Amino acid sequence: MAALMAILKRDLALAYRQRAELMQPMLFFILVISLFPLAVGPEPKTLQIIGPGVIWVAAILSSLLGLERLFRDDFQDGSLEQLMLSSTSLPAAALVKVVAHWLTSILPLIILSPLLALFLHLSEPMYWALLKTLLLGTPLLSLIGAIAVGLTVGLNRGGVLLALLLLPVFIPLLIFATSAVESAAMQLQYTAQLAIIGAMFLFSLALAPFAIAYALRVSQT
Amino acid sequence: MAVLSVTNLSVVKRDRLLFENLNFAVEQGGLLYVKGQNGAGKTSMLRVLAGLVVADSGEVFFSQQNIQDCRENYHQNLVYFGHKLGINQTLSAVENLQYWCKQHQVAIPVDTIFSTLVQLNLVGLEDMPVANLSAGQQRRVALARFWFKQDAKLWILDEPFTALDTQGIDLLSKQITKFLSGGGAVVMTSHQALRLDYPTDELILEYRI
Repeated sequence: MAALMAILKRDLALAYRQRAELMQPMLFFILVISLFPLAVGPEPKTLQIIGPGVIWVAAILSSLLGLERLFRDDFQDGSLEQLMLSSTSLPAAALVKVVAHWLTSILPLIILSPLLALFLHLSEPMYWALLKTLLLGTPLLSLIGAIAVGLTVGLNRGGVLLALLLLPVFIPLLIFATSAVESAAMQLQYTAQLAIIGAMFLFSLALAPFAIAYALRVSQT
Repeated sequence: MAVLSVTNLSVVKRDRLLFENLNFAVEQGGLLYVKGQNGAGKTSMLRVLAGLVVADSGEVFFSQQNIQDCRENYHQNLVYFGHKLGINQTLSAVENLQYWCKQHQVAIPVDTIFSTLVQLNLVGLEDMPVANLSAGQQRRVALARFWFKQDAKLWILDEPFTALDTQGIDLLSKQITKFLSGGGAVVMTSHQALRLDYPTDELILEYRI
């Protein structure tokens, strides 16, 4: 337990010291979303239709930008080797690293989201639905993404490959998330969509740590 | 009793057979010195011994137990020092070592970390990001591990003397001898001639095409 706390503390401290690198996906997120009102025009109706999709696609893309940081440095400097050679359980350690990553690179995006909802003229019920889907769905991005990072960390320049591997996998999440916000726009119930996203999240929470650990071990060869 | 023993070990890397049917054992207090040209498979072998990579065939035993079956116990008794130092460039030397100790469940007070860094000639550099240190100094930070894990039974060192100055080499050689005379076992590779005052077993890996 102390070992896992040490990982969390270290990763948070590292994120704070490398905050310039951490800011980049966040700025990307803001810029991409602010391009849409400029390109499509400020008509509230149009923006409301495309808004949820735009925010979600931007969130997925910017989370991909920061994802590689998750294991890259530790792999290159050998910290990962030392972690594997300690008595700490690797799946638990991987889960802690994913949590630290979510807290430092995805949570800020969610905190920024009210501002962006304003850019895209989302109504209040739409915003609440969007927030709920983001809170349930983005941990899924981190968990599944970490498996792919674990697999590609041994190849140098896995950046684009990572996106190619992951984007198709995120399609179901994108569909349910945007459909929840659409339902909210029409004053309909969207619990079903949230429940499905929640189920996907719990499923990956249970299994992804083992898959990440396995991927990391494979990458050592 | 053999601390580490290996039966019929073969490793293939990128369609090239590095070595096959290797058998050896390292006893308590034994030093195995692995020799061979570049590309002969020394590092690959050490990674297999440490349990980072699974061999293509053959088994590695730690006190008669297969390392795949007693991974946790094995790693508690092992200190591995590879080509990659396992030191984060952004963190300071002390932070790196504190993290390593917590990770490996070694209870070492901060004072001991500081005094070990003094021994390793890193006075005044303890709180600086490791990226600002020279290559040799970074190695010294990583080497501090060998002062911490007292109850380890096996050390695996891959080219530990690279980038160290003569004083550093002496310091590490002394620490290795001390560990060996305390009953520890060591497997190491090095391109420098060993300057250890200790009986050495040699294992020579041939470069195969």
